[in-house]
Amino acid sequence: MPTDILMPALSPTMEEGKLSKWVVKQGDKVAPGDVLAEIETDKATMEVEAVDEGVIGKIFVAEGTEGVKVNTPIAALIGEDEDASAVPEPEITTDEPKESEKPGPDEEVAKNSHPTTKAVDAPAAPQFKPQNDPDIPDDVEMVTITVREALRDAMAEEMRTDKDVFVIGEEVAEYQGAYKVTQGLLQEFGSERVIDTPITEHGFAGLAVGAAFAGLKPIVEFMTWNFGMQAIDQIINSAAKQLYMSGGQVKAPMVFRGPNGAAARVGAQHSQDFSAWYSHVPGLTVIAPYTAADAKGLLKAAIRSPNPVVFLENEVLYGSTGEVPKMDDFVLPIGKARIARQGKDVTIVSFSMGMRYATQATEKLVAAGVDVELIDLRTLRPLDIDTVIESVKKTGRCVTVEEGWPQGGIGSEISARLMEHAFDYLDAPVTRVTGKDVPMPYAANLEKLALPNVDEVIAAVNAVTYRS
Amino acid sequence: MARKATATKSKAQSNIPELTKEEELYAFREMLLIRRFEEKAGQMYGMGLIGGFCHLYIGQEAVVTGITMSTKLGEDAQITGYRDHGHMLVMGLDPKGVMAELTGRKGGLSKGKGGSMHMFSNEHRFYGGNGIVGAQASLGTGLAFASKYRGEDTVSITYFGDGAANQGQVYESFNMAKLWKLPVVYVIENNRYAMGTSLERAASTTDLSQRGVSFGIPGEQVDGMDIRMVKDAAERAIEHARSGKGPYILEMLTYRYRGHSMSDPAKYRSKDEVTTMRSERDPIEQVRKRILEKNYASEDDLKEIEKDVRAIVTEAADFATNDPEPDTSELYTDILID
Repeated sequence: MPTDILMPALSPTMEEGKLSKWVVKQGDKVAPGDVLAEIETDKATMEVEAVDEGVIGKIFVAEGTEGVKVNTPIAALIGEDEDASAVPEPEITTDEPKESEKPGPDEEVAKNSHPTTKAVDAPAAPQFKPQNDPDIPDDVEMVTITVREALRDAMAEEMRTDKDVFVIGEEVAEYQGAYKVTQGLLQEFGSERVIDTPITEHGFAGLAVGAAFAGLKPIVEFMTWNFGMQAIDQIINSAAKQLYMSGGQVKAPMVFRGPNGAAARVGAQHSQDFSAWYSHVPGLTVIAPYTAADAKGLLKAAIRSPNPVVFLENEVLYGSTGEVPKMDDFVLPIGKARIARQGKDVTIVSFSMGMRYATQATEKLVAAGVDVELIDLRTLRPLDIDTVIESVKKTGRCVTVEEGWPQGGIGSEISARLMEHAFDYLDAPVTRVTGKDVPMPYAANLEKLALPNVDEVIAAVNAVTYRS
Repeated sequence: MARKATATKSKAQSNIPELTKEEELYAFREMLLIRRFEEKAGQMYGMGLIGGFCHLYIGQEAVVTGITMSTKLGEDAQITGYRDHGHMLVMGLDPKGVMAELTGRKGGLSKGKGGSMHMFSNEHRFYGGNGIVGAQASLGTGLAFASKYRGEDTVSITYFGDGAANQGQVYESFNMAKLWKLPVVYVIENNRYAMGTSLERAASTTDLSQRGVSFGIPGEQVDGMDIRMVKDAAERAIEHARSGKGPYILEMLTYRYRGHSMSDPAKYRSKDEVTTMRSERDPIEQVRKRILEKNYASEDDLKEIEKDVRAIVTEAADFATNDPEPDTSELYTDILID
């Protein structure tokens, strides 16, 4: 039985090539690995090797032929005792389409028309349905603590119940945390579970991902997320994509956490908001809390999550206080926005430090007679867009507030989703209040200008409510 | 002065450790399985059945086979880069599942969603299959961290190439591994070319076994074409790591016969170089010769093994060709665990 030797594909994108030279001739005996021919593509000249042993029975494509399509038979291999003259000629495919295959005028038009938004066979993206916050019984005592303490308590509680949970990062143990978030953990859990690392973000993030693959539940503290950028490859390429790439086999149950965004007067490299960056990535959960209660309830949820979670804190908020219910197990749902104030005139959407500007602006606007609905996203991925859409259906207006840069920001995403899902309800353009499109300046006056502020939020609300 | 690393030199040539009859026959079969599997993969790539990048292990078979013979299968973890097919075959992963992953089919080890560079098995403790050069050095160190954290007696075998040996996170990992005495053996598969750049053009010092010196990590250069040397060194290194002494580096001097990936014409090295390695240093031929010389098996017996191996590879290729593509509903699965 003759076996066809096919024009091979020699690169991921090769569709055709030139058969530049035959190294063997008809009648030659060949063994696996012998070079048969040379092929030229737009990238390189490469050799075609024999994969089976036999005799070159017939050469179908002469050397020098251009545009030989991949998988076209170029020669036939026969057994030593077979007759070459019995080899049938195959149909050769070259560049020029056959008359019957040429597109008709209608098909040409169809090719050039606008693409439809949805491929016919693509399944619909699943819709995430978040759970509601748990009911807090009336008799539960509320205690006032700082965000810093709330985060520490969340870690300590989870470490008490699950031995696989450990904290790793720079200065988390002996120093008690660069921002004192891990205060007391070393004393309670020991140096096996509260681990000081060298200054080696890329390395310890990767090490923690590997430990998570093996079933542990690391909490990786970045002294700031600015330094976490050194490790972004491990966070995205190793942690976020692992479950998908392994067909659901290998998990990365872990939390990456630390202060995110601008602090005060620390300059461009230490003042960056990564909210939009990480919220872009499927496979990650991204949480950015504002209140002490949300910090505690969501960090506990993050540690328990079987998925990799990016937990974005804010240095400026560490010392701010809030009421946290004194319960054994206060856990909040991931992916659920919190309506901080109900109103009917305008929706303000924010998260993390942006909520401070938004809250102060809301107080002033309400005093001026504007009934603001204020939404704290809390989780950025999955994004609770349903809560925002429902609000905008009521108010018809939306202002977003964030410290990050404007292009491709969280506000841009909300704006786009409202266009897609609430276009007919909008009475004014969705308006973004963001950090300015500049690296963070050091000078106090310039830094102030670069950050969003309360007046900008008020101005945006006045604009969308046509009050200005 | 930097010594030129070659696959023909080794530090301990005098006292060559021998393999038993069973070991020689096992090594022959496993290495042949990798060789024939990879040849078939290359052929299927040429037919357009395999897409994207496809990095073949042909020539390097003795490294992963010798190392794996020294591990506790199913207990010790292994992790490597993108040239990963051989590792999976020797660790006992199903050749059908590997080949079907290469063709992007439903029955692939990652349901067709990973591809050549992304396959894993919790059961066999194989952690990939990693596409970013050097990333597996930190991940593998983390596998060792988990062993130590849990007080387990297991070791992490972390493979990377001479190219990855110049990545920063390799040294970040070395530092932590030694600092915390983690049970990890770093196996540097030095096949002399990082894609098209030779070691001499990329490395200020070419003895990669000494790259751990400033961290106090012992290292050896090993003839990675001779499975006896590989296995012997691996036993030493694994014992070191398992006994709590921390990391160990094995630089395996090896060679890949094919290009870096399927689309690499490998014009950066001479034909003579390749031919010499193939004809004089081939890891499988070395074993075959010893088996025949010592009468461990006859030519006919070896032909039988070849036949068995071909049957396994043919079965894998048939499965990978005929298995359906993943259901379109798989597009949105395995992104998050609910």
